[in-house]
Amino acid sequence: MKKRILIAVCAILLLSVLLGLLQALVVPKYRENPEGALTEEYYAQAGGHDVLFIGDCEVYESIVPAILWEEYGISSYVRGSGQQLVWQSYYLLEDSLRYEKPQAVVFNVLALKYGTPQSEAFNRMTIDGMKWSSSKVNSIRASMTEEESFVDYLFPLLRFHSRITDLSADDFRYIFDAPAVSQSGYLMQTGIAPMTEVQRPPRTLDETLPETAMDYLEKMRVLCEKNGVELILMKAPTNSWAYWWYDGWEEQIVDYAEEKQVSYYNFIPLCDEIGIDWTTDTYDEGVHLNVYGAEKLSKYFGNILVKDHAISDRRSDAELAARWNALLCSYYEQKKEKEGAEE
Amino acid sequence: MLFTSYGFIAFLAVLFLAYYLVLRKWQWGLLLAASYFFYAFAGLDCLIFIFLTTASAYVIARLMDRGHRKEAEFLDQHRAEMEKEERKKYKATQKKKRFRILLLGLVLLFGVLAVLKYTGFALLNLNALLGAFGAEKAFSVPDLLLPMGISFYIFQTTGYLIDVYRAKTVAEKNPARLALFVSFFPQLVQGPISRHSDLAAQLYAPHDFDRRGFTSGIQRILWGYFKKLVIADRILVAMRVLVESAESYRGVYVLLLILLYSAQIYADFTGGMDITIGIAESLGIRLKENFKHPFSSKSTKEYWNRWHITMGSWFTDYVFYPLSVCRPMMKLSTFSRRVLGAKIGKRIPVYLATVVTWFLTGLWHGAGWNFIVWGLLNCLVILVSQELEPLYAKFRKSAPRLTSSWGYGKFMAVRTFLLMGLIRSLDCYRDVGLTFRQWGSMLTVWNVGDFSRGVMTLGLDLADWIILLVGCLVMAVVASITAKTDLRERLYDKPILSWVIFGTLLIAILLFGAYGVGYDASQFIYNQF
Repeated sequence: MKKRILIAVCAILLLSVLLGLLQALVVPKYRENPEGALTEEYYAQAGGHDVLFIGDCEVYESIVPAILWEEYGISSYVRGSGQQLVWQSYYLLEDSLRYEKPQAVVFNVLALKYGTPQSEAFNRMTIDGMKWSSSKVNSIRASMTEEESFVDYLFPLLRFHSRITDLSADDFRYIFDAPAVSQSGYLMQTGIAPMTEVQRPPRTLDETLPETAMDYLEKMRVLCEKNGVELILMKAPTNSWAYWWYDGWEEQIVDYAEEKQVSYYNFIPLCDEIGIDWTTDTYDEGVHLNVYGAEKLSKYFGNILVKDHAISDRRSDAELAARWNALLCSYYEQKKEKEGAEE
Repeated sequence: MLFTSYGFIAFLAVLFLAYYLVLRKWQWGLLLAASYFFYAFAGLDCLIFIFLTTASAYVIARLMDRGHRKEAEFLDQHRAEMEKEERKKYKATQKKKRFRILLLGLVLLFGVLAVLKYTGFALLNLNALLGAFGAEKAFSVPDLLLPMGISFYIFQTTGYLIDVYRAKTVAEKNPARLALFVSFFPQLVQGPISRHSDLAAQLYAPHDFDRRGFTSGIQRILWGYFKKLVIADRILVAMRVLVESAESYRGVYVLLLILLYSAQIYADFTGGMDITIGIAESLGIRLKENFKHPFSSKSTKEYWNRWHITMGSWFTDYVFYPLSVCRPMMKLSTFSRRVLGAKIGKRIPVYLATVVTWFLTGLWHGAGWNFIVWGLLNCLVILVSQELEPLYAKFRKSAPRLTSSWGYGKFMAVRTFLLMGLIRSLDCYRDVGLTFRQWGSMLTVWNVGDFSRGVMTLGLDLADWIILLVGCLVMAVVASITAKTDLRERLYDKPILSWVIFGTLLIAILLFGAYGVGYDASQFIYNQF
């Protein structure tokens, strides 16, 4: 009897280890779709940030923390991921506030157009990288599409098991750890695909932002208020009909910002002032900014953050400066490397 | 709640724990609650049907049981004063009364099944018939609810009523106990169709935790999941393409469909049965086996003694035999012997009963002509084989070495496998005309050269095909081992090997199973019947 119990215990332990290894092997490493790796990368740098940028692709491809540091001494991080829905941003913010209390949180408002869960793939990219906490649980529950199950998040092996026949060398190479793909949450794009013609936006019948989305925005504001953090709203520049920012949405956000005394910056009409040239500063014909456009926007926005929101210049903090100087080096190295690859 | 859902696994885990923790006298009550909880997931409407089935069966069985008791009491009291003839007459009168009650029960239960399952089919055919005669108006075809597993539990319940009528079992006094017999959740979805005399006592008896039985049950459940998730549900992807684009996949692809569907339905149905029997075993309850290595059968008759055994025996006991010996059939027998001679005449009632039984078997599987034709083709093969038996016997006698050789045995098994597979393909195409055209294309369309390219267009990549082949090979090896020995019993004494197999099976299911996002959660095929 004792022998049987011992064998069972050993077998269960061994099986658990084996399943753990298999799980680590089959979960995507997001080397080809790096936006899926962004959420997890935050934890390696968590703490010591004065500004947190939260939102979807319009943040992680438009704001360069390295430039904010270089130009203004602002210590910042971008917590964004592909099609990051507003409630996911809310729970990521809740999660981040466990690690640090920044002076300001900047939320990009484009994601407010979605009021319901959208895509399983993007859900996984945003949520899988979060450390387990009540924020992650709530984010999963709020985000799941009909086909999804909570158990799949608990044991990602159950979701990604079919990748076993589709593994690449990267899956083995990065089974336990993978190098960062971002620069403090900024995902660099060095390509240039100019926007050659001004596209006309498609008509939408109802230009009202969904109630659920606005509720989460309000929850985000209250959370910031409770934590003594200033909430700032922004809308990144874009010039594509696919990501059009409609007048009705704009009015709603302006009204909200006025009512709640929140600063809101829509950079679309400020493109000329920022110096964005849509023939050189976009990598996908006006949908997103490339690194050249993102640097211009970061310099412009950094100035606002310092002047209008009194974000501190931390370059005198030796320890922080050492950390950021290393990050700055890494940023320019990556830029050089990517530019080389583009050529 | 699908057997393959996470919810069901959690439900099972909680039930196992609770079952062995509650007082033993409450175990059957817990099973009843669990069964109704499980069935409630199919919809509250479905719950009403199973409840009404149980309630009516309870009343009918109790009435018949009371008749039995009254008859016995009356005969006891009046034994001395009654003549033999009088007793016989009294018994016949009482039997007739009980038969009327039974008939009422059968009409009620089969009536519900007929209305829910066959109204649409009947009206469609009636409309087609009226249309053929130029009628302009047609009956609207209602979309009626078909409660999950209704064919199974109605058959099990009517079997119970007939057994009570025949005094082969005693009517349940406690309606809750009867409710458990009707709704016992593992077998509710796809059988086996149990007999009251086999199952009831086990359901209500208290069960202590038996490590050996529990372990064995869990292993069988895992094996069932392997067959269902790794093999059956993977084949489903290719089957959909082969059926939905039937006109593009003719000739050699029809043969591929026959082979794939044979593997799919075997893995699906026996897998489901492994899960069902495994769950019951873990609860200390032994259910009847429903399969006995059907693909090793050397004839159609043997095949049907090995495939879906409990359904076959239900039709034999409750349809074929009663039909063969009923009064009109006896009259027909006398008449046909007189007109056609003893040799042919004696066959007529048997053949008629066989045809009716197979017609009903086909109809039970589904409301469609494909199922009826499927049943009748099975019947035809069985009757022709029976007629040719003297020829076979002569052949066996003239070539004893050949006919007793290993190779000849395998040839017979492959022949039966392909023949059954061919007939079974009526299930897939669901259209008799299309099925016959597809069969014909095997002789008229020569596309073997295109096969290696075409097979990769069926929605399965190379890795899928390899997993399938290995899975089927493992299934075949295990089947051949279990035909000779009780594998799980032997493994129990080798705990390390047992864990290695258990672990490998679990990992294989988790890694290679066709489940989760990106796969369609599919019901077991027999759920539809």
